[in-house]
Amino acid sequence: MGVMKRVQLVFKAKANKALDKMEDPRETLDYSYQRQLELLTKVRRGVADVATSRKRVELQMNQLQQQANKLEDQARKALGMGREDLARAALERKASAQSQLNDLQAQYAQLQAEEEKLTVASQRLQAKVDAFRTRKETIKATYTAAEAQTRINEAFTGISEEMGDVGMAIQRAEDKTAQMQARAGAIDELMASGALDDAVGGDRRDDIQSELDMMSAGSDVERELSRLKGEITAGAPKQLEGGANGNSQAAPQTPQSQGQGTQYAPPPPEQGQGTQPTQQAQPVPASDLPAEPQDREGS
Amino acid sequence: MIVRILGEGQFDIDDAATTELNRLDTELEAAVNRNDTAAFTAALQGLLDQVRAQGSPLPVDTLEESDLILPPPDASMDEVRRMLTDEGLIPG
Repeated sequence: MGVMKRVQLVFKAKANKALDKMEDPRETLDYSYQRQLELLTKVRRGVADVATSRKRVELQMNQLQQQANKLEDQARKALGMGREDLARAALERKASAQSQLNDLQAQYAQLQAEEEKLTVASQRLQAKVDAFRTRKETIKATYTAAEAQTRINEAFTGISEEMGDVGMAIQRAEDKTAQMQARAGAIDELMASGALDDAVGGDRRDDIQSELDMMSAGSDVERELSRLKGEITAGAPKQLEGGANGNSQAAPQTPQSQGQGTQYAPPPPEQGQGTQPTQQAQPVPASDLPAEPQDREGS
Repeated sequence: MIVRILGEGQFDIDDAATTELNRLDTELEAAVNRNDTAAFTAALQGLLDQVRAQGSPLPVDTLEESDLILPPPDASMDEVRRMLTDEGLIPG
């Protein structure tokens, strides 16, 4: 006996066992109908559960995609600043995010297929439950003990096979969803750990972004600095304090700061600024400053 | 003859097509017995293709019992093995 027949016999045995429990055949009909309605509810809930999992995976996919985009931006910026080492580190991290993303895409497709299968199963079951209800009413209305048993058994076995089928589909969908949830949880942890993260999202500050920030903060500082120097010559010492303090942290690390100190300014309270001598700072007195910034401020 | 593919529905199949079905079914069973995954996949795929090609789908609102029941297309060998016993996958 082959696989097909053996599986069929297992289904049939289950149906017969359920039938044998009932004393009055009419009871069987009502009991079975009740179970059918329960199963319908269950399969619909199954569809909703799978959809929830699918949405979670979708959310993670979006996060990872943003991550990958951000890392590529970082790599581009790093290259623009001549830091190939940083660009490489960012791209390595991007590759890791990308491989997680590919994995999730496969899971997403599986969940989608599972959702469709359950939806179709629920529609099929609904059709059969409706047919069963009609037949149940007919049998009850014209009930004669002699023929009832056979007709009830037929209807019952038919629907019971469908119920077994749908029940199995729900079980398989639940198993798959559970597996995916475990994997989704693992990816959540991975993202939370900062392994795929950048400066904005994670607990751990991303080193690549920090360096990039520091480098661009450096040139910002220089720009601010020359603006303030311009203001000093116009006689606005109050603003100097505020501006210099606000940008002082990043200044010491910036190599670009050297070339831009063409104007004289009193050294700010921080040590860092003072230790980087600018080529022309000392010999140029305030009165020799270019006139352009003053004009702008004055007008 | 009525054949059910689990997760897919029921098909009405001409009795003439059963010879080929039985041949594939024997292969499937042999593959399960000797734990041969490649042969299992091929035989299951062959069976399902045969049923879909030769059979016509039954209307969804029929309450007919199937003569034969086939595992779903993505079933693993282990799942099929469990379907063959009363303790297995089929909910009571």
